[in-house]
Amino acid sequence: MQLLILTIVLLALTAFGFSSGRRRALSVVEGNPRLLHSLPNHHGYLVALWCGIPALLIVIGWLAFEPSLLHALVISALPPELAEMSDERLSLVYNEVRNVALNGQTASSDAVAEASRHYLSLRQTLFGATAVAALVLAVAGLAWARARIHRDLRARNRVEQIVTIFLVMASTVAIFTTIGIVLSLLFESLRFFHFVPVTEFLFGTAWSPQMAIRSDQVGSSGAFGAVPLFAGTMLIAGIALLVAVPLGLLSAIYMSEYALPRFRSVVKPLLEILAGIPTVVYGFFAALTVAPFIRDLGTSLGLTVASESALAAGLVMGIMIIPFVSSLSDDVISAVPQSLREGAYGLGATKSETIKQVVIPAALPGIVGGVLLAASRAIGETMIVVMAAGLAANLTANPLEAVTTVTTQIVTLLVGDQEFDSPKTLAAFALGLALFTITLALNAVALHIVNKYREKYD
Amino acid sequence: MTETTQMARLGAVRPTAEIVAARLKRRHNAERRFRAVGLGAVLLALGFLGVLLFTIVGNGITAFVQTYVRVDVTFDATLLGIEGDTNPDVLASANYPAVIKQSLYRAFPEVKSRGEQRQLGAMVSSGADIDLRKMLVADPSLLGQTRSLWLLADDDIDMAVKGHIPRKPGVSGNRLSDNELHWLSELESRGAIKTRFNTLLWTSGDSREPELAGLWGAVVGSIYSLVITLLVSFPLGVATSVYLEEFAPKNRWTDLIEVNINNLAAVPSVVFGLLGLAVFLNIFGMPRSAPLVGGLVLALICLPTIIIAARAAMKAVPPSIREAAAGLGASKLQVVTDHVLPLSMPGILTGTILGMAHALGETAPLLMIGMVAFIVDIPATPLDPSAVLPVQVYLWADSPERAFVERTSAAIMVLLMFLALMNLSAILLRKKFERRW
Repeated sequence: MQLLILTIVLLALTAFGFSSGRRRALSVVEGNPRLLHSLPNHHGYLVALWCGIPALLIVIGWLAFEPSLLHALVISALPPELAEMSDERLSLVYNEVRNVALNGQTASSDAVAEASRHYLSLRQTLFGATAVAALVLAVAGLAWARARIHRDLRARNRVEQIVTIFLVMASTVAIFTTIGIVLSLLFESLRFFHFVPVTEFLFGTAWSPQMAIRSDQVGSSGAFGAVPLFAGTMLIAGIALLVAVPLGLLSAIYMSEYALPRFRSVVKPLLEILAGIPTVVYGFFAALTVAPFIRDLGTSLGLTVASESALAAGLVMGIMIIPFVSSLSDDVISAVPQSLREGAYGLGATKSETIKQVVIPAALPGIVGGVLLAASRAIGETMIVVMAAGLAANLTANPLEAVTTVTTQIVTLLVGDQEFDSPKTLAAFALGLALFTITLALNAVALHIVNKYREKYD
Repeated sequence: MTETTQMARLGAVRPTAEIVAARLKRRHNAERRFRAVGLGAVLLALGFLGVLLFTIVGNGITAFVQTYVRVDVTFDATLLGIEGDTNPDVLASANYPAVIKQSLYRAFPEVKSRGEQRQLGAMVSSGADIDLRKMLVADPSLLGQTRSLWLLADDDIDMAVKGHIPRKPGVSGNRLSDNELHWLSELESRGAIKTRFNTLLWTSGDSREPELAGLWGAVVGSIYSLVITLLVSFPLGVATSVYLEEFAPKNRWTDLIEVNINNLAAVPSVVFGLLGLAVFLNIFGMPRSAPLVGGLVLALICLPTIIIAARAAMKAVPPSIREAAAGLGASKLQVVTDHVLPLSMPGILTGTILGMAHALGETAPLLMIGMVAFIVDIPATPLDPSAVLPVQVYLWADSPERAFVERTSAAIMVLLMFLALMNLSAILLRKKFERRW
């Protein structure tokens, strides 16, 4: 709330800076803008930037450092009997202090109550200091920039410089995101591999991610062999591709080679709807409708089908990626030059013969690339398998049994109570790293193939 | 010599024209078959879509009405435990469930045994007393009077009325006992059961009781998240595209950025969730389950979509416009802000809306940052814990009650409706403003 008010005040100051800079620029040249080097608006922008940016930086700095600063200050002010506890207990105490201060929880001891009062007053002081600093800087920046306005001031160039810096910074966000993903996955994975050797993770065939609370507990040692997860992922993704590739490819062929334009203009957007439906909806559909249907069908045929069979999850996932395969194949099929088709017709081939023997072979690299992209989509897909696939790690190739996947395990390991240092939660990051690497590699290969193919006919 | 005899022999069996005709027939049949298979694939895919939507609508359409039971409620001061004291605080904490139960017992005087009475009392929702409390607090003169009121029915009764639970007595696995089914028919014959438009679904937050659970909390959470996503990803996306498309020199660094953006577009969304957990929650100490964090993670997810769309839109602006502006003395930035951006804005906005629609349906990364908590309250600010629509779908889908299947389907219908609206506006925007040069 206070932050909102501060932001509004700063924004108002910035707007005032703009109009006062503009007016000042005009008054410097007695209302004749032609004498100015830059447009009056540019002078206004420059003053506004000088007013807004330093204040904004201060506020951002406060937002970034407030939690850690408060933590350090409150901990250092704790009475000795609390301060001497282990780090874990201390963080519990600190959490309690925060809950008492912010959420009105009742304190368990006087020391905590005292600390939470201290916390609140510190917070207030810090915010006050930030607000004052930001306002002073804003006003000072405004006054200074306004005083510097004269007819030859190259305000436009300055403003454009600042904007360009902002543009460059914005374009690096993508890089920082990637770096953030890689570093966070890598760091947590390294901590995980500190508990569990890499070889056991990659080649172990038993997965039961529990850690002992006491050392004498039954079944205390968790097993972190990820092979069953990889196998389950491959099984479900394989089923999905078995559904999606023929259906997607055939519909792409029909749509691009046979369908009348009117049919195409109606059906193509309808097919795209399949790609726009949220995955959680598919998951619900798989768990509620498809899985029981397959189980009943199997029972009537005398087969035993698990209620969370890989088949159900794979089938629904396949439906989901049909439009993905079909639109990518559609692109590459349309990119095959018309002259190839006409050559085949000239030799007397029928349309289907032309498609099967000329168009598809010519488009094959592109189609393979598209299938690889679809595969990476299927491997990374989460909600369908979380809702419709099993949790137990079975190492099996039978699609009627329940298997679990990498993404399912990531979600199960991280949803619910978390203690951040246990191998159980860290395992999720190692799985995430594996997932990231696999999908990245698949995409790189697929894009390479697709691009190479495109160049061939361009 | 051998060749000619062979040909002669073949010719003797069948003339060439006949062979060709037969083969042609075969080839044309193959052609028809191939065509039919293609059409079949398209129709099968459409059929899947049809079954999916039909199942959801069939399961969920009934959730938009809710069953109510008419009960003659006597506001009995003794039962309420307030002894005629009409102080609002006392009224607010009175024992309303007891009043409802007593009223039900009076409606069925033949029910005597304790167990049966408990079953009878459970026919009305455990949230119905809130309505009574509101009535009495608003109008204390009701004390001691009897009013005929429509009270919210329990979810199992609701399911039976809507036909989702078999009404035949003695069916195994039935959630309703034979007694309850009998009472229900009795009430129906008295005209004391009716269905009304379900306002709770639109106004309340989550609840453990299906008949009290609503979507409003999740809708508000989704709106907060999307606003934050938009505020972060739109300026960043447009700035990045402007830089890459109009300013960036062609060198290794910009190549790296481009490759990066394309790769980010293909990273599984659950990995973004891991990033959010490790960076936003653990390093920056942001609150768990908050739409703020959800919005930031979603912004990172849809940033590549926006950038790719915005760059395509800017590429479509013909260079002649840039050259003409530059020729009139506009600086490079002025060319962009005064000409390229306004001309490409429809395309950029279309891409942004599609990115937002994608973000609205995203679930997995939000699970990673703790948005799966059971939250009853409607979030007041983006910093409060909250659910979002797809996560609400996931949570309800996990609940065992039959009534939650109906609610889940209804939530999906609401979600799909929002998505349809967003996509429709994107299509209209493109149709109305897109220019081709």
